[in-house]
Amino acid sequence: MADFQVPEYREYPGAPIPLQEGATAHLKPFLAKPNHQEQLGFPGELVENWEEKAIAKMGDLLNRYRSLRVYMDACVKCGSCTDKCHYFQGTADPKNMPVARQDLMRSVYRRYFTLAGKYFPKLVGARDMTREVLDEWYSYFHQCSQCRRCSVFCPYGIDTAEISMAAREIMDSIGYGQKYCNEILGKLQTIGNNLGLPGKALESTLGEFEEEIEEDTGLPVKIPIDKVGADILLITPSADFFAEPHIDGLMGYAKVFHEAGVNWTLSSYASEAANFSMFIGSYDNLKVVAERIRKAALDLGVKRIIVGECGHAWRVAYSFWNTTAGIGSGGDEPYAQALQKQLDHNYPIPQHICEFIWDLIQKGKLRFDKSQTDWRTVTFHDSCNVARGSRMGNYPGGQFDIPRNVIKAVCNNYYDMDPDTIKEKTYCCGGGGGLLTDDLMEIRVKGALPRMEALNEVVKDHGVTHLAAICAICKAQFAKILPYYKFPMDMIVSTHQLVSEALVMTGSTQEEELDEE
Amino acid sequence: MSVLYALLFYVATVIFVVGMVMKIRQYWNTPAPLKIPTTPAPTTATGVVFRMAREVLVFESLFKSNRWIWIFGYLFHVGLALVTIRHLRYFIEDVPTIIMVMQPLGVAGGFMMIIGLIGLWTRRIVVERIRYITNPSDHLILLLLVMIGFSGMMMKFISHTDIVMLKTFILGLFGFSIHDLPLDFPLLVHLLLVATLMIIFPFSKLLHAPGIFFSPTRNQIDNPREQRHTAPWTRNLDKL
Ligand code: SF4
Ligand code: SF4
Repeated sequence: MADFQVPEYREYPGAPIPLQEGATAHLKPFLAKPNHQEQLGFPGELVENWEEKAIAKMGDLLNRYRSLRVYMDACVKCGSCTDKCHYFQGTADPKNMPVARQDLMRSVYRRYFTLAGKYFPKLVGARDMTREVLDEWYSYFHQCSQCRRCSVFCPYGIDTAEISMAAREIMDSIGYGQKYCNEILGKLQTIGNNLGLPGKALESTLGEFEEEIEEDTGLPVKIPIDKVGADILLITPSADFFAEPHIDGLMGYAKVFHEAGVNWTLSSYASEAANFSMFIGSYDNLKVVAERIRKAALDLGVKRIIVGECGHAWRVAYSFWNTTAGIGSGGDEPYAQALQKQLDHNYPIPQHICEFIWDLIQKGKLRFDKSQTDWRTVTFHDSCNVARGSRMGNYPGGQFDIPRNVIKAVCNNYYDMDPDTIKEKTYCCGGGGGLLTDDLMEIRVKGALPRMEALNEVVKDHGVTHLAAICAICKAQFAKILPYYKFPMDMIVSTHQLVSEALVMTGSTQEEELDEE
Repeated sequence: MSVLYALLFYVATVIFVVGMVMKIRQYWNTPAPLKIPTTPAPTTATGVVFRMAREVLVFESLFKSNRWIWIFGYLFHVGLALVTIRHLRYFIEDVPTIIMVMQPLGVAGGFMMIIGLIGLWTRRIVVERIRYITNPSDHLILLLLVMIGFSGMMMKFISHTDIVMLKTFILGLFGFSIHDLPLDFPLLVHLLLVATLMIIFPFSKLLHAPGIFFSPTRNQIDNPREQRHTAPWTRNLDKL
């Protein structure tokens, strides 16, 4: 099936891993084409004096990001993070140890920005910016899914994600970007979503979903789009419109909205929650994409914004929308006020779909028939960006409880995986951070090892049959890599697919059947 | 010799203080444009103070991660703190009782420091992963600290130095008057190494000490939805 070896489950996942120098040095994603680069405002190809330009850009970022500045200095090489990265665990390549990944940049930082590195480069491991260094950057900064697991375990909170974002921004700025991320961002900025699905195509797809729901429930559930005057704007990853099992999640949201009797809509202009600008560390693009949502919200006149199941998108929405586009509360500037005075601040803005439904469940507004999901035994995969880069609810850690509460409200059979692999210690699915592309298949499969081991354990111990997720990337990644580990690909399900299965809508055929019994 | 050492300490102090002030100012002045606390994170300022206190006082994240590094790292840092407190008596004219009472603890601290350092150093050499990320400077800093510890312990247990004379020398420095320094070999080595440590502090990984307080993943409040967080350069990009 593959031209590389799928890693074997380890007998003792905690045991030291013998290093294999250069094991994945050959892995690198396709380079962005000139047009992919240029549409994002980057040079088309590697510029002439790129060494200088790269150093200048690094200096610029050091002045703009305190994280980068402090993290370049603070590492004491204690080694605490060395075995925490799933890519290291799956490849044994020492450059996939978080601190070694940081050192790819730190060595250059020390050479050009510190006294010690200027005068005693050998002593402190400082290096000139050379072609070899650039190649290493391109390779290993694209073997980081920016999942932040390492930052949990670092005594100074050093976040390798911040460093790999900066590295990618530097590479973009000298014309050496990654095709997958940059091509997709271009589509998003010209058409409105990562897939490049135009509004008309979207409408007809949604029509099909409406028919499907009606067949199933007997109810005319609508999936409105571009409805001016709706109360709620739903921003969801475009994978929800076409991929499995994402679609089932989308139909789940639609049924919940219908049952709750709220007036909601999608937007064709902003038909994408994903924002890969975060992966490439580009604030400018982060803002441009977030402003599409701002504009859609203003044009449609909505009062609330709800975000569908997507990990990095939720991090961007929760943590960055308010900063970049004023989508949130508590902004005094005229720019923020322009949108914020229209929004209803009795609700969290933005609100996660799981927060929305958990609220309804707590108020007893939804009826479930849990026997419908009894054929499944479910476990939950915490998405890295939700777990370590955002929150749900009004207390720290709500992002762990709320999705689990929702699943337990609709499923009788639920088991958690090993505590060292969930919640704040969760492992990335292996495909995050702009790695969800076929040209990086090997690293995706290998990086999934720790998650697959934990899954395998609950499959054996508790007969788990399904893995629920709340992230478009996780779902796509698992659908692809589960077979490599001898699991069926449809083992991965959307959380709202489970909700949809158990939901008994008022006036539906399910309700009739249930009440006859 | 006394003059040389007096000068050395003036220079070292100036480099240390100016270097640290400049670094801290740089950290302070560099904006953190985005909210990036590693969640779950506190939702209030008080919560952040507690989180930071746990990191600084008990090394919470390290504790979660690796028990061996935590034990040795903690031994070293607590030992260092105790030793520093013990040394205060050389800098204060009328030594407060509390510092006098803590003197034996300072000696224990010396042992803790050395044990911790040797533990960390052993791991640095023996554990392949840590060996891989080690630069020569990492060994040198360990060597420096271990030698500071040893030379200090030597004065306590093997060849005492004239403490009264030393104290006169140190207190004299505060008033810019140079008194005689006892010319004992361990003392001279000890002082030379301490001055070296002060000089390299602002230019090395020892910056982790101020750095941790500026780490956005640890010092930010988790409230991005409730409060709009901006930096001057991000605000400049806001166009209505
Ligand atoms: S952010 Fe995640 S993928 Fe990147 S180095 Fe850290 S643990 Fe590995
Ligand atoms: S845990 Fe932090 S300080 Fe320790 S080696 Fe890793 S990045 Fe450096």
